[in-house]
Amino acid sequence: SFSPLSVVPRFRCLGSLGKAAPSTSQLSSRLYGTLLAPEANQQLITEPLRHPDFFNVKELFSLKELFDARVHLGHKKGCRHGFMEPYIFGCRLDQDIIDLDQTMKHLQLALNFTAHVAYRKGIILFISRNRQFGHLVEVTARDCGEYAHTRYWQGGLLTNAHIQYGTGIRLPDLLIFISTLNNVFEPHVAIRDAAKMNIPTVGVVDTNCNPSIITYPIPGNDDSPLAVELYCRLFKMTITRAKNKRKQMEVLYGLQNKGGGDGNAGSHLSSVQV
Amino acid sequence: MAAAVRRVLRASRAWSAAPRARAAPGAQTLRLIYTTTAVQKRNVAASGPEKYTEAFIKNQIEEFNLGKRHLANMMGEDPETFTQEDIDKAIAYLFPSGLFEKRARPIMKHPTEIFPKQKAIQWGEDHRPFHFLFYTGKQSFYSLMHEIYGKLLDIQKYEDHLRAQSLLAENRKLINLIGSRWLIKEELEEMLVEKLSDHDYSMCIQLLERLVTLPCCGIEEEYVLKFRRELSIQLKKMVIEPLQYDEQGVAFSTGEGKRKTSRATAVIYDNGSGKITVNGVDYLYYFPVMQDREQLMFPFQFLDRLGIHDMICTVSGGGRSSQAGAIRLASARALCSFITENEVEFMRQAGLLTADPRVRERKKPGQEGARRKFTWKKR
Repeated sequence: SFSPLSVVPRFRCLGSLGKAAPSTSQLSSRLYGTLLAPEANQQLITEPLRHPDFFNVKELFSLKELFDARVHLGHKKGCRHGFMEPYIFGCRLDQDIIDLDQTMKHLQLALNFTAHVAYRKGIILFISRNRQFGHLVEVTARDCGEYAHTRYWQGGLLTNAHIQYGTGIRLPDLLIFISTLNNVFEPHVAIRDAAKMNIPTVGVVDTNCNPSIITYPIPGNDDSPLAVELYCRLFKMTITRAKNKRKQMEVLYGLQNKGGGDGNAGSHLSSVQV
Repeated sequence: MAAAVRRVLRASRAWSAAPRARAAPGAQTLRLIYTTTAVQKRNVAASGPEKYTEAFIKNQIEEFNLGKRHLANMMGEDPETFTQEDIDKAIAYLFPSGLFEKRARPIMKHPTEIFPKQKAIQWGEDHRPFHFLFYTGKQSFYSLMHEIYGKLLDIQKYEDHLRAQSLLAENRKLINLIGSRWLIKEELEEMLVEKLSDHDYSMCIQLLERLVTLPCCGIEEEYVLKFRRELSIQLKKMVIEPLQYDEQGVAFSTGEGKRKTSRATAVIYDNGSGKITVNGVDYLYYFPVMQDREQLMFPFQFLDRLGIHDMICTVSGGGRSSQAGAIRLASARALCSFITENEVEFMRQAGLLTADPRVRERKKPGQEGARRKFTWKKR
């Protein structure tokens, strides 16, 4: 039921240098540190894009798991944000209930996108300004080998990067928001900054959040410990899975290259599918 | 103001996307634009402090070591055992400087002491940063907070584990914090090689304090002690000299005192009759005024030892009253050797053992004296 367009990751055109420019100007400049020949590179990159769920993220979660982790519980009716109404299943005793079927769909899209970004060696930045889960998010990021920012957001971290960090900096390719609000219950500044810098965002939006600018919103609870632990676990599993897959594919194409490039690439791949 | 300068700008085809055009490769068209020289001058101040590369620092260290050996040869010393103190002495000898400011004089120190510590490049060949908190901007500080909080959680888990087995009451392990202080902000900045704000520093100390309040914090004792410094300031305990005995076997003791610009030394002998000699002259003739003689007698009167001791003192500097005050302090200090601890405490509380800190305040320009201003004239 997924159309191919919704599954293809919306990466910005490689010619755009809205972020700090790398030294090379070739089309394959995004592939930092790969040692394969350009033709194998192309294969490596485009192969996952031909399948709707190349990394099989669907099997990582189920509706029952989401329900047990209390992902469907939203805030009270008074806190509801207007743009969240399509995602809300109903309201019981003044408490909003989020539609888990839609959550499943959005979660699958978001995890798939994250996996593709991790597969292509993108930099992922986890953001959460909820003090209860800051440590957990940092630990998750460290275990994946990615980055985290759960502290006070200084104004120009993305938009003024050359001055903040120095020249030659590479900005994150994906931002994941475990909680889109900051400590004063306003939308996190990073959502707007990422939109300015053409960086895609994935975010867990609760009933009091604004989902409009976020590229891949995931309607769900961001306040319960169980729910947040579930999200962290899911993101960690997808990222590690994608990175392992990448290593497998590199080995595969490396061997193939050494073997002289025979035409059995397709059959190899079908056997390797996780 | 500045002369207009014709400048040829290389622009790419996509000239509408202005910020990207500068970085885009392959200049296709040449375009004449007029700018001023002010625009061309690079803003040197805004580029930040000078960055020292690793190669540069290594170079400097090699030069320093070579120079040290040359200096040792020049001074006729052994190059192998030439310490930093020897270097300082040699430089002071070879380059005598009359400059007042000590920091402006020539120095020769190891490059690590001269060039401030800076961070190396934070990312690898693929431009991925090494540290997982790089994008926060203050990676060392936040990773420290993360570490401390992690240890706090570990201690809490350990406590829960003990509590489940009801062993918590016996296994309390606290850290001894007496005699030490937390790091100050400058020391923490030096440790992290990063600038901190006051708020950050106070947050860090609060977190450490919270960690220390846990009952089982002894597990992480050596980690916490890294952030403590010993308090080296000991309370200056007054040393009471023991009595000395001269040839006749008479006990005596000496004391020194000062007041304003007067300096006095007093020697008090036992088995005396209350005679006081000042600079070889009897005190009645040296201090004609009653008030000064009362000052001399006060320590003895306080201890009820008026006719018991003899005193010989020398005094110089100051005026009549300050000399009397100086001798009073000197005799009180000398008397401490003859009396009990309690009486010393009484003397201290009476103010006999405290040097009077008041000195003459200088005259300021624009005023007639130290405090007196010139007469105010309405017109």
